Amino acid sequence: MLNAMIVEAAKDNVIVAIEPIAKGDTVTYNCAGQEKSLTALEDITIYHKLAACDIAKGQPIVKYGEHIGLAARDIKAGEHVHCHNLEEHRENLDAKG
Amino acid sequence: MNFYGYKRPDGRVGVRNKVLILPASVCASDTTRIISQQVVGSVTFNNQLGCSQVASDQQFTMDVMAGYAANPNVYGTVVVSLGCENCQMDLVVEAIRERTNKPLKQVIIQEAGGTLKAIDMAVRYAKEMVEEASLLQREEFPMSELIIGTECGGSDPTSGLASNPLIGQLSDLIVKEGGTSILSETTEFIGAEHILARRAATPEVHDRIYEIVHRYEKALQLVGEEVREGNPSPGNKAGGLTCLEEKSLGCIHKGGHSPVNAVYDYGKQVEAKQGLVIMDTPGNDPSSVAGMVAGGAQIVVFSTGRGTPTGNPLAPVIKITGNKLTYANMVDNIDVDASPIIYGTKTLESLGDELLKLTQEVACGKQTKAESLGYTEMAIARVCNFV
Repeated sequence: MLNAMIVEAAKDNVIVAIEPIAKGDTVTYNCAGQEKSLTALEDITIYHKLAACDIAKGQPIVKYGEHIGLAARDIKAGEHVHCHNLEEHRENLDAKG
Repeated sequence: MNFYGYKRPDGRVGVRNKVLILPASVCASDTTRIISQQVVGSVTFNNQLGCSQVASDQQFTMDVMAGYAANPNVYGTVVVSLGCENCQMDLVVEAIRERTNKPLKQVIIQEAGGTLKAIDMAVRYAKEMVEEASLLQREEFPMSELIIGTECGGSDPTSGLASNPLIGQLSDLIVKEGGTSILSETTEFIGAEHILARRAATPEVHDRIYEIVHRYEKALQLVGEEVREGNPSPGNKAGGLTCLEEKSLGCIHKGGHSPVNAVYDYGKQVEAKQGLVIMDTPGNDPSSVAGMVAGGAQIVVFSTGRGTPTGNPLAPVIKITGNKLTYANMVDNIDVDASPIIYGTKTLESLGDELLKLTQEVACGKQTKAESLGYTEMAIARVCNFV
């Protein structure tokens, strides 16, 4: 059963839990028609984010295909991604429009 | 597609038929509450402003007051002022007359001779107006007459995944019908402004989108504050939204995929048949909704993740959630369950068609849950402290 989803399959490095997920559970999501799985490293509250892959400290966290912040520390695939490990970062987006 | 609405003498079309008891300032607000309680069919609100404001703040207040009186859901207005406030009766009347020629009466408490005499006058004016309004029959109009205000409040990650995309789908359908959809909440464009700017219909609109975002950030920085300090809110974070960028990227889905044709300042008159437009409003729900209703929105479509009862004195508010737990928990407040989009049991397209039909029904008179529960709270945006 799918218990997570990815918004922009080609770009995002976080996925969203769409059911409550417990530590050690298999997390399964549909990635551009292909089923992908990983193991949750901690409990994830429904609709919270977890890392789809390892993200090194300082790297952008990507959701909706866009940068939502930077990894405040190294984050492992299956870890909860939230205020404790995401550093807010205001990008200058003037040139991107 | 058509709906049955009320034709106004200024040519616009309402979906409700209310008499507005308009307080020109905080000092008239208790009086309008007492008046409205005496007149079934009338509405009022608590205006906390209208006096001791700097010019830019007073402009917001004046635009909301004039816009409320001109909103096509209003048959006519009884303005009540104290007499000595900055928003003087003649200024308020002039601002209303610039927007509409609908029935208008005035009561100044100090000139009437105090509370009881002012109430007596205003109640009689309002009762007469309600009687006239009650004679009006609904007539058939195309959906292109509708201006839809879009809002999100108490957001969580499901807002960006389901309820906001569903509102975006409705917005695109309304645009296709030839109507107008307003995307609001400038604070929640921050981090997503480039995506909206790419959809600007003209270079001027492109530049205005960046301008309102930078202006908002700068205004807060001028008083030593940062937008991020209260946004996302504790409830947004508990729901799983981590930062403002994530919230914004979900928020802008309410605008669907149509080109952005114009950017309006807060509370200004929005023209009909404009397609998708933006209004520069705060993220605070009741004041953002008030700005769009002042702009002429007859219906507000409002997404929520955590659940919220928010309504409006003039416009029916359709409440939508993409969070299946919130829908079950607050079904008394929420009109539409958008969670099937997340779980793949219904498509965005089919739910969009259902929402368009509901919007048509609400335009024809169907009560929303916020309406039937009597929710009318509102606020007016502000720039700085009282003077």
